[in-house]
Amino acid sequence: LRVSGWGGYPIIDADLSNAATQEDLRKLLEATQPLIARGMGRSYGDSANHSVVAQTKYLDHFLELDTVNGTLKAEAGLSLREILRVLIKQGWFLPVTPGTSFVTLGGAIASDVHGKNHHLSGTFGEHVLSMRVLLGSGEVVTTSPLVLPDLFHATCGGMGLTGVILDATIKLIPISSSKISQKTIKSRSLEKSFRAFDQNFAATYSVAWIDCLKTGSSLGRSVLFLGEHAGREDLALSLKKPITVPIHTPAFLLNKLSISTLNASYYAKAINNRSKDVPLTSFFYPLDAIGGWNKLYGKQGFIQYQFVLPTEGGLSNMREILKEITKSGSGSFLAVLKKFGPTNKNLLSFPIEGYTLALDFKATSSNISLVQRMDEVVKDSGGRVYLTKDAVMKESTFKATYPKWQEFESVREKYGAIGKFASSQSKRLGLA
Amino acid sequence: MKKILILGATSAIAEHCARLWAEQGQALYLVARNEDRLAAIASDLRVRGASSVDTFTLDLNDFDRHEEMLARADKSMGGIDIALIAHGTLSNQKECEQSVELTMQELRTNALSTISLLTLIANKFEGNQSGTIAVVSSVAGDRGRASNYVYGSAKAMVTAFASGLRQRFHNSNVSVVTIKPGFVDTPMTASSKKGIMWVGPDYVAKSIIKAIDARQAQKYTPSFWWLIMNILKIAPSAVVKKF
Repeated sequence: LRVSGWGGYPIIDADLSNAATQEDLRKLLEATQPLIARGMGRSYGDSANHSVVAQTKYLDHFLELDTVNGTLKAEAGLSLREILRVLIKQGWFLPVTPGTSFVTLGGAIASDVHGKNHHLSGTFGEHVLSMRVLLGSGEVVTTSPLVLPDLFHATCGGMGLTGVILDATIKLIPISSSKISQKTIKSRSLEKSFRAFDQNFAATYSVAWIDCLKTGSSLGRSVLFLGEHAGREDLALSLKKPITVPIHTPAFLLNKLSISTLNASYYAKAINNRSKDVPLTSFFYPLDAIGGWNKLYGKQGFIQYQFVLPTEGGLSNMREILKEITKSGSGSFLAVLKKFGPTNKNLLSFPIEGYTLALDFKATSSNISLVQRMDEVVKDSGGRVYLTKDAVMKESTFKATYPKWQEFESVREKYGAIGKFASSQSKRLGLA
Repeated sequence: MKKILILGATSAIAEHCARLWAEQGQALYLVARNEDRLAAIASDLRVRGASSVDTFTLDLNDFDRHEEMLARADKSMGGIDIALIAHGTLSNQKECEQSVELTMQELRTNALSTISLLTLIANKFEGNQSGTIAVVSSVAGDRGRASNYVYGSAKAMVTAFASGLRQRFHNSNVSVVTIKPGFVDTPMTASSKKGIMWVGPDYVAKSIIKAIDARQAQKYTPSFWWLIMNILKIAPSAVVKKF
């Protein structure tokens, strides 16, 4: 079977099995190793690619909803979408959510995903109270920030390389509405965009769309979206089945002209300083309405690229990178800017305090070399690239930008993960 | 609130039906062999909104305990409105061909145990003058084929038995719904190669619940199997043998 990440690049041959039970998963691990666990295959690059893949789609049970303490225990293969579908109407929401709901609980922990509230709430892993992990030995252990904390902090953000997450207990937040009151702020330059984030640091949710094809004084013009949970009581939710992109559209349709036209109309359409209530799903998951949007990039696939730059020097370094992109003429269809809050204790977790930008490019050889040039700038500015989206980073860049990688490896060794869990990505990045 | 008994509750199709019923707030009584999986499914259904969930661990090949199981389900929920019979195994055709014992075992699991349950539940519903029995048969029961005729003949027996029951109750408030799924992507069919005719258990579950609500006699799911199987049923052997 051919498997790939959501970007469709790279694609490899793999044996993919769906364990029906946790016991089946343990037997699979005993019989074939190393393997990598896979949820919905929504990480973009090759982090869930390997010759042996254990998909968790049947391990998708809610185990316990504690409405007194506001916690949920569920199996790792349960999707965030299903959690939201069942829990929003009961008045609960996830404390942190990524930009798509089509990810599993296990995947959200393994990628230590972040959301539009990172500046205040941190990553997904910071809301995990405890989890059970299947180790390389076949033993199942419970870990939390207090129990086997080294394993916990290696597993949150550990890309599935410490073991297979079987289930987890997470904190929830109470909501009284399924709407978000959204405010829009337009900024005409990168500097003003950065300032807008600083001025709105108290907003619960903040994220900016940025026009990365503009040059000169308009370089980095943006529309910032701020969000607060709406107050009025209304938990009705419609989670429609997405409209599906049936086939790979020819890649040439996404070119500099079409992207700059789209960007210009998007910027023009946004109204400055406007507030309105929008459904929670369209605020957090705009792309979930289009099934298979990855096919818009054609058969060759695309590269998602997300990096973070430290606050110090962030503005000038970001400007350098944007200039590099405009110079290449490779427009990114989507460019998303966000200010991160402080980093956490998880060894391979991506966010550090500073500015993060997410982009996507067609997977062409010139774009791959553009990404590698950007890697250098990111590395030299003290930043790093998000492993969940990475498909091309060099081992040396990884080891220079994730300084806790050795500590990560020693935790893996201690818990018997080496030789048992591996992915195409872990091999590329020089992890044992 | 409906009181629903699910036999073979750990089967993927049954589980997806149970999820839909749970979201409607129904009361559920689950029967299956594997205690741990039953427990996980029961907790899942509680979170999804079932008004009550109770379980009973039983291998349905243990015919002697069918009556006890039914009595317990009845007592636990205070009656039974719907019974879904969904347990079964996908026989290994090649191994069955070499073993009478294995073939008998497969017929016991996929036909005889179902017939025992159908008999007991039908009589119970007849006494109450109400109830809906839904039984998961298969398109494989419509015509024996070399690739799976042991499984297919068990399902043929179930289909014929259910159609007889339906006629017996035509004048009463008891209905019998025969479900004939085509290719469904579940752990039971994990080793089969998948193609465009395959659907997920969630799709099949939706159509089962619709068929039960409508008290439909027979439901092919997806519906295109009705056409395929009716052609296959009347096609001459000389033609069918080529496929």
